Amino acid sequence: MHNTGDVKVPIGPQHPALKEPESFLLTLRGEKITAASVKIGYNHRGIEKACEGRTYIQDLYLIERICGICSHSHSTAFAQAVEEIAGIEIPARAKYIRTIVAELERVHSHLLWLGVAGHEIGFDTLLMYTWRDREVVMDILAQLTGNRVNYGMNTIGGVRRDIKAEQIPQVLKGVDTLEERTKYYIKIAGEEPTLINRLSKVGMLSYEDAIRMGAVGPTARASGVQRDVRKDDPYAAYADIDFKVITHNTCDVYGRTIVRVLELMESFQIIRQLLAKLPEGPISVRAPRKIPVGEAVSRYEAPRGEDLHYVRANGTDKPDRVKVRAPTLANVQAVALMLEDRYLADMPIVVAAIDPCFSCTDRLVSINYVDHNSKNTFEWEKIHRDSIEWYKKRGIDFAKLNKTF
Amino acid sequence: MLMPIFNILIFPGLLFLFFFSLAAEFFDRKLGARLQNRVGPPWFQPLADFIKLLGKEDIIPEEADNRVFKLMPVFALTSVSCAFFYIPLWGKNALYSFNGDVVVVLYLLTVPILTYFLGGWYSRSVFSMIGAVRSLTQLFAYEVPLFMTILAAALLADTWSLSKMAAFYSAHPGYWVFNILGFVIAQITLLGKLEKVPFDIPEAETEIVAGSFTEYSGRLLALFRLSINIEMVVGISLLAAVFMPWWLDAGPIAGFIIYVLKVAALISLVSLLRSLFARLRLDQMINLCWRVFAPLAFLQVIINLILKGALFK
Repeated sequence: MHNTGDVKVPIGPQHPALKEPESFLLTLRGEKITAASVKIGYNHRGIEKACEGRTYIQDLYLIERICGICSHSHSTAFAQAVEEIAGIEIPARAKYIRTIVAELERVHSHLLWLGVAGHEIGFDTLLMYTWRDREVVMDILAQLTGNRVNYGMNTIGGVRRDIKAEQIPQVLKGVDTLEERTKYYIKIAGEEPTLINRLSKVGMLSYEDAIRMGAVGPTARASGVQRDVRKDDPYAAYADIDFKVITHNTCDVYGRTIVRVLELMESFQIIRQLLAKLPEGPISVRAPRKIPVGEAVSRYEAPRGEDLHYVRANGTDKPDRVKVRAPTLANVQAVALMLEDRYLADMPIVVAAIDPCFSCTDRLVSINYVDHNSKNTFEWEKIHRDSIEWYKKRGIDFAKLNKTF
Repeated sequence: MLMPIFNILIFPGLLFLFFFSLAAEFFDRKLGARLQNRVGPPWFQPLADFIKLLGKEDIIPEEADNRVFKLMPVFALTSVSCAFFYIPLWGKNALYSFNGDVVVVLYLLTVPILTYFLGGWYSRSVFSMIGAVRSLTQLFAYEVPLFMTILAAALLADTWSLSKMAAFYSAHPGYWVFNILGFVIAQITLLGKLEKVPFDIPEAETEIVAGSFTEYSGRLLALFRLSINIEMVVGISLLAAVFMPWWLDAGPIAGFIIYVLKVAALISLVSLLRSLFARLRLDQMINLCWRVFAPLAFLQVIINLILKGALFK
């Protein structure tokens, strides 16, 4: 297809490379991408708005369902914000348990990512191996919290389940198994030639660009940016724990892979420290049903990067405003930059390398009118009116139907 | 009169080839699954897939060229099946042979790639067209080393007939050793022809859905899949005939078992390579073929020319 002009390839909203609906429109010349445009907004669920109509406790469970993978991240970030407004200091044991679940979640998320990355470059063996091992951490989580995902561990004022003394050896045993397997993956990542060839110098994001685009999490850390909320602004039990912030300076997808596998090793070591230091005491304090007037921003280092929650309380049992900035929103801007002048074959892995979670990111529907090139936001009333008109044109009148029922 | 018809249609012809290729697919899938720590499909899965696809609706895109779209799977199936008759499977003689059948077999094995290209190109979908172009680009990369290695073996035997090559190598036991380098290259480049990992670039599902086959469905897809399976069996049989000329005097039943074992061994290699590597990028694949495999294949040709001068003077 060389020199036959540009071809526009739609990757998404429905495409095997994407696990969630999202649209990437690539302009190709031969195998090279000359332009890429990213369009989000296929999966908006209106969670922020829904939170305003529910009580804080109900919101906690709704917020947990923002993301299937980093569910604990979102619920902890939300709980922290609410606790800050209400002036609640949660018990030390609760902080430790939150942190343990958080790190286990990071382990499962990074293993999942490693498998997805393998699949995107056609290395399905890696996918099968990492997802098999991921079962170990899923089992630990199920044992500690009762659920494999959406753990339901947090409550305003602490956690809902204690970690029993007899569970600790089992967790440690699982962590040992995982550590051994992770060492094997680190060995693979350092030796396997097709893997290195496919990942090196792909999806470059320089240190300056990472700062400029506001990248977070492993994406930023692989560009040499020392950015980790656990270290910068310690929450939960991270202040008591000794750990390293993993960075890498190859600025490419390979660096992002290395950062994630090395972070797995750090997480294992954090979990061991937490379990050894686990303080005695209650796991929650009583929180008031009505939260006093105030507002708070809570930061949390999710597996994908910094997760930010803003909560404004108005003195009732329902929040006035909840705002979630999922890590993907911070990273997705950098993707178009990473795709420029790359091969089509690199597209899936470059997108996957930010570990995107599009459903968590989607905000509002913004329609770009091609004819007069203006942006227009869809109002609820307008959508309602349009849909009634649309059906009327086809001979279905809901107004009449409603009367007959 | 009846014997040739029986040979062509039933054994070792089309019916045998059909079941044998399904068995080969099962073996490849099951072994691949076990290597990836999965359970894998039950033994009847390839047949079940085939029957199910036959029962599905054929959907032809409006913009596609109707005739080319429908004809291509048939062409692919016909050419790979024809190639099978010229390869000595067990014993030293193929069903049919003439001087020059090496070239014909190689040509018949190239035809399916052309049908993937045409089928994909005339589907008129972006993914199919990119897949089609990739198929053809890849063809130019692996075909040269693959041809050279097989022709190098033919050079040593001083014949252009696969059956005579088999006779030559069994008359001179041990000569196959000279072709080991060619064997390795042929085995790897064959993966390109079969479009399997690490050379499954034309149908890389995470980039271009299913490449040339994106728009195919139902019976036409079933025929394409069958021809890919048969191509695997035929390609591997060709490699076995050229590079593994062992125990060809064993008699029909023992010979058949030996043949099946050879094919199984080579399919195992395919599955192993498939689960060991990640998919290469097109530019990497072309570099690898032209910079590494083509010179090595050329080296094999030179080695065989020198050997021929030294051994038969």
